[in-house]
Amino acid sequence: MAQLDYLAPLKVEDAVKALAATGSYALAGGTDLLVQLRSGRIRPDTIVDLKRIAGTIGIREEAGGFVIGAATPGAMIGEHEALSRAWPGLVEAVSLIGSTQVQGRASLAGNLCNASPAADSVPAMIAARAVCVVVGPAGRREVPVEAIGTAPGRTSLAPGEFVLEIRLPPRPARSSDAYLRLIPRTEMDIAVVGAGVNLTLDAAGVVIEAQVALGAVAPTALLVPDAGAALVGSKLDEASLAALDTAARAACHPISDKRGTAEYRTKIAGVLARRAAFIAYERAGARA
Amino acid sequence: MSDVLDGPGVQPDLKVVGTRPIRPDGADKVTGRAAFGADFNMPGQLVGKILRSPHAHAKIVSIDTRKARALPGVKAVVTGADFPNLASEMHEGGEAASNLRDLAMNVIARDKALYDGHAVAAVAATSSAIADEALRLITVTYEVLPHVIDVEAAMSPDAPVLHAHLFTEGLEVRPTSASNVARRNQITRGDLAEGFAAADVIVEGRYTTQAVHQGYIEPHACVAAWVEDGQCDVWSSSQGQFMVRTYCAKILGLEISDIRVTPAEIGGGFGGKTTVYLEPLALALSRQSGHPVKMVMTREEVFRATGPTSGAVILVKLGAKVDGTMTAAEVELKYQAGAFPGSPVGAGSMTALACYDIPNFLITGWDVVTNSPKVAAYRAPGAPIAAFGVESAVDDLARKLGMDPLALRERNGVRNGVKAAYGPTFQNIGYLETLAAIKDCPQYSLPLGPNQGRGVAAGFWFNVGGESTAAVHVNEDGSVVVVTGNPDIGGSRAAMAMMAAETLGVPMQRVRPRIADTASIGFSMLTGGSRTTFATGMAVVQAAEKVVADLKRRAALLWEVPADKVEWRNGAAVCLDPAKADPKPMTLEILAGQSARTGGPISAQVSLNAQGAGPGFGVHVCDVEIDPETGHVTVLRYTAAQDVGKAIHPSYVEGQVQGGVAQGVGWALNEEYIFDSDGRMENAGFLDYRVPVASDLPMIDTILVEVANPRHPFGAKGVGEVPIVPPLAAVANAIRSAIGVRMADLPLSPPKIRAVMDARAS
Ligand SMILES: Cc1cc2nc3c(=O)[nH]c(=O)nc-3n(C[C@H](O)[C@H](O)[C@H](O)COP(=O)(O)OP(=O)(O)OC[C@H]3O[C@@H](n4cnc5c(N)ncnc54)[C@H](O)[C@@H]3O)c2cc1C
Repeated sequence: MAQLDYLAPLKVEDAVKALAATGSYALAGGTDLLVQLRSGRIRPDTIVDLKRIAGTIGIREEAGGFVIGAATPGAMIGEHEALSRAWPGLVEAVSLIGSTQVQGRASLAGNLCNASPAADSVPAMIAARAVCVVVGPAGRREVPVEAIGTAPGRTSLAPGEFVLEIRLPPRPARSSDAYLRLIPRTEMDIAVVGAGVNLTLDAAGVVIEAQVALGAVAPTALLVPDAGAALVGSKLDEASLAALDTAARAACHPISDKRGTAEYRTKIAGVLARRAAFIAYERAGARA
Repeated sequence: MSDVLDGPGVQPDLKVVGTRPIRPDGADKVTGRAAFGADFNMPGQLVGKILRSPHAHAKIVSIDTRKARALPGVKAVVTGADFPNLASEMHEGGEAASNLRDLAMNVIARDKALYDGHAVAAVAATSSAIADEALRLITVTYEVLPHVIDVEAAMSPDAPVLHAHLFTEGLEVRPTSASNVARRNQITRGDLAEGFAAADVIVEGRYTTQAVHQGYIEPHACVAAWVEDGQCDVWSSSQGQFMVRTYCAKILGLEISDIRVTPAEIGGGFGGKTTVYLEPLALALSRQSGHPVKMVMTREEVFRATGPTSGAVILVKLGAKVDGTMTAAEVELKYQAGAFPGSPVGAGSMTALACYDIPNFLITGWDVVTNSPKVAAYRAPGAPIAAFGVESAVDDLARKLGMDPLALRERNGVRNGVKAAYGPTFQNIGYLETLAAIKDCPQYSLPLGPNQGRGVAAGFWFNVGGESTAAVHVNEDGSVVVVTGNPDIGGSRAAMAMMAAETLGVPMQRVRPRIADTASIGFSMLTGGSRTTFATGMAVVQAAEKVVADLKRRAALLWEVPADKVEWRNGAAVCLDPAKADPKPMTLEILAGQSARTGGPISAQVSLNAQGAGPGFGVHVCDVEIDPETGHVTVLRYTAAQDVGKAIHPSYVEGQVQGGVAQGVGWALNEEYIFDSDGRMENAGFLDYRVPVASDLPMIDTILVEVANPRHPFGAKGVGEVPIVPPLAAVANAIRSAIGVRMADLPLSPPKIRAVMDARAS
């Protein structure tokens, strides 16, 4: 008969060792892992709970940016005032995950490492230029968020590696972000398309930096440099928004499935990118 | 808004009926004390699990269970071979009739698996993990066959045939070869050609719906214990413990009196729990193992293997004069039955035109088997599908005539004395009153903004009566127990207690309603067909009346006066004999305390077959707003008016109406079974099978129109099914009004609406 071991190491090294074995899975909030375990989609030999390792839960400010522990639950992120002021788009993306109950557990790293192309926080993290601190048998490395997911359910993490924390860069003035997703219902649903936009304006309200990331329109969440470039130098006039819409759609290569056709997803990517850009712009202007 | 509009025939001066007391089962439910199907356990019980077909259609060549049986901890393994093969025999269950042979083959496949999820074997083991492992160790050799799920594809002559014995019934000439068309039914009146010839305006439409599930929150669950002497006990959550008993006896070849079924609290049924899936398997596993066996379905199993309702194609053609008078209607309904005959197309046909008085019509219904789970009853089975087509077409007709849609319905609406399209002559119906209630409701005249639309639709359901038993026991302290055999799926405990209290003249809090096992109360048909408050309520009232008569007799005995000199008023016997010097009224308490002196325990039981259930009508108005860029639909406002006869407990009637609307909106906007190209269900979970969540719906306003049913002691009509009939079309008509395009293929999900917006723009 199959046996399932549960480990809750206190030290990074012990977790790394345990995770190096085949059949070992990292556990953060478990809101993906336990569902997959119950449905029989995965049959782990060992579950390695990361939540007792120092630094995996909590939010701190460091060198002008924020460091978020990999297993920090959504509810803590949503309640963090300074983080919400600096990164309202990222925080709204995290807060969209599941329900109040799920928010008590669901984490950024879990959302990222589950490697669903539709994960809500991932486009927002990518647009924010967030970086993962990855630890493993070969030591510690820093990896941009968009380099973690490689395909649905697959990551670039080597055996024994896990995400320890997620770092957000320092925030200049007149910067803000926004995240929007389309779901057929109003909550408790999975994104048919997600769009994160992160902007910095100059004193005159002209966009000087823009990052656009899309979810659920390709095997992994995408950073779309052309879409960001379409906004730089503009005040979000009609022409730049139309260019954004076109660039966003051009980047999409979605599948048609039960959650939406490729054609629909592509159109909506343009719509949401425009709408998110508009919200980010308003927010950035207000942070003069 | 929530209104109760008293209409004709409603009794004045009621003290309990029509009030809104707290439900007797409320504390249990909000504290978690209520014991649902999965909450029951027995010492030494095993875990039962089911191996299900991964194929939509396959011959079962062989099943090898040897490895599973050899696994330590496995105590029983059953397959179709362990069950008797039954002859074809129809059994009337209360909501729908079932063929016992098909029912047994649906519980466990014999030579063929007919849908993805069809049970092929079951195991009982000492733990859940061992049971899972045992399922993996069973080898089933299948010969995969071509499958068919789409209803029209299944009707085509070259479709793969599910049942070699199935020859279409109801045709003029019996066909010479087997097909998937189980039956054709027709209802007709007048001369169709003449009717259309007399029309100034004709509208036509083709509409489709997808299979949708009842979506009850509680998965099926049971514990079964088979004792060596052949006595069986079953604890399960269902809409009828007597139904479970009968079906288990038939499927396993047992004597009915050898089975006792105890109903658990039920976490939703909506018609879906009017049949058995687990209980016969659990009994067979218990017989083989000698242990009690507990089985609980996963959500995935509920979706893959328990009854949804039909996906369908609906064709409608309507003709009318310029003044709106309808001259002819032609309706054709093609319903998926799932793996065995018995779609609700019969009821769909009977209800399709029930709101309309049309001289010439033809309604044709097709019952078609498909490689999908056998459909089960779902709230007004068949009616919402037919109404979606007819009410959409009526909306188009109103538009073409330039008439208000309510006025068009009023002009052609059925009233007392009109012969219904399905046969009987309507009496004491409240359809016109219900139309008027919507016309007068505030929502109907609110201005609409950009991208907003308003739709109305009507709906009808028969409601039924049938066999019920109730007992009323007066305890020695004057408190009262009311016992019935109907699981409470919609607040019926409250209704039973209130009707007993009203009849006895005591406060409702002194009456405790109980739902008994099959050995502790006489037979009752299941809770379905909106029958319980009407039929079981009638039995409760008659039993309470018997108790009152007995109490009067006892008081007369104590006063030494003739029985006709005693009257029952406000819960006490009053002496009318002027010769008696001022005898104080004798309350129920006093009489109960002296029952030993007047003939022993005070108790009465009534068993009856209730006739005269009153049909119900609903009229709904829905306001929506469309996001033209995403195709997302927001339901802004919704008002539902319904003729309910007399609302025994208005809050729970409103709850029924709101619940029906919520399910209907889900059906209209997002719910659907999605199958892959191999016929496997792709969305067997609440993530991708999208029932509405609370934030998807506005407050659903209700207007209870009370046109009493004289055949019920307090005028009640069934209320639980009517409200799911109009919403599909009400939502579709609102979207039509918002975007200017008729959308005829449910669900009206965002991608479909966006595609229409794009087509409209170009
Ligand atoms: C009811 C419900 C609603 C949901 N709604 C949404 C939604 O709206 N949007 C959305 O995006 N998701 C949703 N989800 C999915 C899920 O909640 C999120 O993906 C969540 O962020 C996962 O985080 P977790 O901490 O629970 O991850 P876990 O389940 O603990 O882990 C998920 C995966 O990541 C791996 N992992 C976890 N932590 C690490 C780490 N530090 N390093 C490396 N690998 C790691 C695990 O091994 C596992 O493979 C929902 C889930 C449920 C049950």
